[in-house]
Amino acid sequence: MVDEVTKRTLAKIPLLKTKAGPRDGELWVQRLKEEYQTLIKYVQNNKESDNDWFRLESNKDGTRWFGKCWYIHELLKYEFDVEFDIPVTYPATAPEIALPELDGKTAKMYRGGKICMTDHFKPLWARNVPKFGIAHAMALGLGPWLAVEIPDLISKDVIKHKEKQDGASS
Amino acid sequence: MPSSDELEARISALEAELAAVRGQAADVSGRQKINQMSAEVVDSNPYSRLMALKRMGIVDNYELLLFDYDKVELANMNRLFFQPHQAGLSKVDAAVKTLKAINPDVSFEVHNYNITTVDNFKHFMERISKGNLTGDGAVDLVLSCVDNFEARMAINAACNELRQTWFESGVSENAVSGHIQFIIPGQTACFACAPPLVVATNIDEKTLKREGVCAASLPTTMGIVAGFLVQNVLKHLLGFGQAKEAAKPKVVIEAVKEEDVVHEENPWKIEVVSEITEEELISAEGDKPELVEGLQVAYTVPSSEAQTEDTVEQSDQSLEDLMAQMKQL
Repeated sequence: MVDEVTKRTLAKIPLLKTKAGPRDGELWVQRLKEEYQTLIKYVQNNKESDNDWFRLESNKDGTRWFGKCWYIHELLKYEFDVEFDIPVTYPATAPEIALPELDGKTAKMYRGGKICMTDHFKPLWARNVPKFGIAHAMALGLGPWLAVEIPDLISKDVIKHKEKQDGASS
Repeated sequence: MPSSDELEARISALEAELAAVRGQAADVSGRQKINQMSAEVVDSNPYSRLMALKRMGIVDNYELLLFDYDKVELANMNRLFFQPHQAGLSKVDAAVKTLKAINPDVSFEVHNYNITTVDNFKHFMERISKGNLTGDGAVDLVLSCVDNFEARMAINAACNELRQTWFESGVSENAVSGHIQFIIPGQTACFACAPPLVVATNIDEKTLKREGVCAASLPTTMGIVAGFLVQNVLKHLLGFGQAKEAAKPKVVIEAVKEEDVVHEENPWKIEVVSEITEEELISAEGDKPELVEGLQVAYTVPSSEAQTEDTVEQSDQSLEDLMAQMKQL
């Protein structure tokens, strides 16, 4: 289900303790702190292993998240906006991570650019409620999705490198 | 270059044409709203066939509240309800247009939003609890016709908190099976406790699921499941048949026999050795309900012991500090 590299990455992301969603008041603040702690730890881990691949920030309530993620393919960096809402039923249900600019470009996506995580991620999340958080969703949901989809989309010429494209048009 | 007079003439001609088209559109609905429902069984009475069933109960005027946040896409045309010219409209608007044209006696209230976000969810709960015809009480029944787990869990949470009776419905990802589930909060297991994790599969799902596509849809399956749903809604609202009884879980629990495949001859003594022991596997898998033939679980929950993993430490930093730290990375 999960390969060895992912397992090692995963082992280094601390698990969360507080089971609380955005409607749970003070408990949610506690959960949000844990989310930020694990995300900071995960990004630091990525930097240390020279595999830095996303940045995220949230609104004040921690209900809406946005940022950037990028993928290196043949020494070129492809960057995408990433966004998602924390559902009212979080953490029982995982956030639905979206890459809006890729909406309509691949069949492995739902409307609004929500990436398809049904097979590779949802069962895993369900087994790990409430220990998994946003960092885990990025590592096990978005990460593998990018690794499969982006090279494919590049090979199909559906997405082009931004600088290359600019160079050609100017 | 045409003169301004010519342009004005052209504009008024186009406006007249537009008005004509709009007039036609208004005529699409075949009849006017009916104030008093007739029980007469005649061809001109749109309710005559329904009223012929009067012994089952009284059919009142009713109101539908529709929630959705999608737009109609050409890919939706296989569901037979939306029409190509409606592409680009929000689904709720398109649905109301079609339904109003069919039956002007129904009142509609539409909300074009995603119910799983915090603000929308509050409003969603408010409409369930106060959305009846007179605006002073809860709706009779909530029907869940959504296509994802998050939305179902949101509806489940709302209905549990409001003690609202509801029907869940769905079609499997491979588009060849489906389910309906009648839920009375406090009486039957809620969706979070008894979701249809068990999927009836006589065929291997993988053979149907086309590589690289998230979900298939087959209009006939949708039609059949919708038919089951509406039939049971009518049974519930009009009080005939066995809506409640039939909806109670009736999974017969039997032992499933498992037989090891033994090859008679194995001259090279080849055997498959697992890297993990049977015990590790069982503890990782967690409890598995025993299911009747044709059912399988989508996933299991690991047993609660064996929690030796690192958990996040208690932090003295405030949320603001953590947010700032994240930004600086």
